[in-house]
Amino acid sequence: MERMTFDLASSSLTEMNTFLHKGLEEGDKRHISVLNPDGAHNIAVGLNHPVTVEIHGHAGYYAGGMNKHARVVIHGSAGTGVAENMMSGSVHVKGFASNGAGATAHGGLLVIDGDAGLRCGISLKGGDIVVGGSVGSFSGFMAQAGHMVICGDAGDALGDSLYEAVIYLRGNVKSLGADAQFEDMTDADYATLAELLSKAGMDHDPKSFKRIASARTLYHWNADANQEY
Amino acid sequence: MDIKPVSFKRVSREESASFDRSTIDYIQNAAAHGLYEIRGMGAKRKLPHFDDLLFLAGSLSRYPLEGYREKCVTKTILGTRFAKKPIELDIPITIAGMSFGALSANVKESLGRAATAMGTTTTTGDGGMTPEERNSSKTLVYQCLPSRYGFNPDDVRRADAIEVVIGQGAKPGGGGMLLGQKVNPRVAKMRTLPQGVDQRSACRHPDWTGPDDLAIKIQELRELTDWEKPIYVKVGATRTFNDVKLAVHAGADVVVVDGMQGGTAATQTCYIEHIGIPTLAAVRQAVDALEDLNMKGQVQLIVSGGIRSGADVAKALAMGADAVAIGQGILFALGCNSETYIQDGKHISAIEGYDALGTQPGFCHHCHTGKCPVGVTTQDSVLEQRLQPDVGARRVKNYLKTLNMELTTIARACGKQNVHHLEREDLVALTLEAAAMARIPLAGTSWIPGHNGY
Repeated sequence: MERMTFDLASSSLTEMNTFLHKGLEEGDKRHISVLNPDGAHNIAVGLNHPVTVEIHGHAGYYAGGMNKHARVVIHGSAGTGVAENMMSGSVHVKGFASNGAGATAHGGLLVIDGDAGLRCGISLKGGDIVVGGSVGSFSGFMAQAGHMVICGDAGDALGDSLYEAVIYLRGNVKSLGADAQFEDMTDADYATLAELLSKAGMDHDPKSFKRIASARTLYHWNADANQEY
Repeated sequence: MDIKPVSFKRVSREESASFDRSTIDYIQNAAAHGLYEIRGMGAKRKLPHFDDLLFLAGSLSRYPLEGYREKCVTKTILGTRFAKKPIELDIPITIAGMSFGALSANVKESLGRAATAMGTTTTTGDGGMTPEERNSSKTLVYQCLPSRYGFNPDDVRRADAIEVVIGQGAKPGGGGMLLGQKVNPRVAKMRTLPQGVDQRSACRHPDWTGPDDLAIKIQELRELTDWEKPIYVKVGATRTFNDVKLAVHAGADVVVVDGMQGGTAATQTCYIEHIGIPTLAAVRQAVDALEDLNMKGQVQLIVSGGIRSGADVAKALAMGADAVAIGQGILFALGCNSETYIQDGKHISAIEGYDALGTQPGFCHHCHTGKCPVGVTTQDSVLEQRLQPDVGARRVKNYLKTLNMELTTIARACGKQNVHHLEREDLVALTLEAAAMARIPLAGTSWIPGHNGY
């Protein structure tokens, strides 16, 4: 497999991103190493080919943002909005992730080995997120579709204003958000969860997770709307 | 002897100014339903506006141009600061962002065709980009909104410019709203929502907080589009001076300022009427901010919110805007609030539809119901047929053409060979409020309230 390296200590981020957009052939599967990322923002955003990008170090905001098809691995921690609005492919953070990890992701798989900050999976639209550690408050806020697997604990207001996304939590939650509720796990849940854990390389028993989903009481903005006195 | 009750004829029919019939109706509705009113369109209250400004045309001291024959350039370029491919418009009048969901697919197609014919842009809305509007619009602005409904990198790449929406004039600080009756299967799928759900969009972006983050978000969109496409930032008019400065600081190519007369498809009335500042005041503050940063001409300003006529466009440009955006005016051009809709050349009465909504042409603001009697703001498969794309495209094109003719006529009268040469010195104000807000002297005086110590 063809390999290439970008050293961000000596070449510009824009040069690299432009190459990743325009310098690759349809279906290109090459392996790209990014050296000295040094916390730069917007590394490997808008990928559109099934390449593998390995970032050796810490990434800033929006690493792997809006990813399609590609596999991005961050050998370090990631800043705000890692894999935001991802469509497909995968992003794997070996360290920790900051706020808004996987925000609005429509597809693909985001794996965070460590903890994630506030609002992990906010407005999720069909993507899957597996967090090895814990997540901060307001995670899963207004999440519409997809799955969030949290192997550690969750902060306040987990799953506030959830739509159809489902959260699986192994540890404890400080508080659930408005309209979020614990529900019984079904066989389908166990199957989905087992598959996600296996894809993420996490060795937990699906039986140790609880399901959190929407009570759907906020779907219509005022249940009393038709009253008349 | 009979004692007659004393009758004060003058006061027995006296309406209270504080508790007039409209206020009493509001209170009684609140009491009956326990629910605030949601409606479409913009502020209905009377506000200081472009109507309160007048042009001083050419005479002896200035030299006018021949109204029809002499050259008057309307070309407008947006996005010259960072984008490799700025937007070139033939006219400085654009079509404001309105969502598929609020509007039907037929309407979106009409707008694209009209804008393309007139050499201007259309804008997507909270609900993603439809093929109808992409295919019919030569130049399309793609909005990046807090909800990110249907937002995807393919459409970012397909767009000609990106507009990061912070807020809109009808409801600064509030997210979008689309009631369940408009969330049909196609809208639901585009927005990844259950069908029929009352959809409330987020009011803040999910992946950034504050102007320093916005700078990085804008950089992401630039990196993603290889620095080719202009990035607009749209704000609802409130603390406009500071907001425009922060948008420029964050790296915007173009700032869009939407005043409180700007429309909406569905928002609480208390928002529409009580939040935000008038467009007139906002333009002034926005231009102040650009001048303060020495960015006038480098960062372009688009003004929207209650722009109706060519005179409004000319006044906005004279005050320092580079272009305007129109939403409600476009809807009226399509037939909104018209007594009839047009089917294959024939006018058909829509009165029954207005009756069913409890309203009449001229007053209707029922966009939120999805039961638009003329097929403009609906997702109903029967009603949407009432707006035929051919008719819609033709009417919007006519409207834009008329505005542009009025604009150039006024510019020529002021002696300008280019509409962008219209300037503040060409204007006077009719009212104290307008003079103070627009910082333009009261007609016949050199008085600007609050200026030079007066």
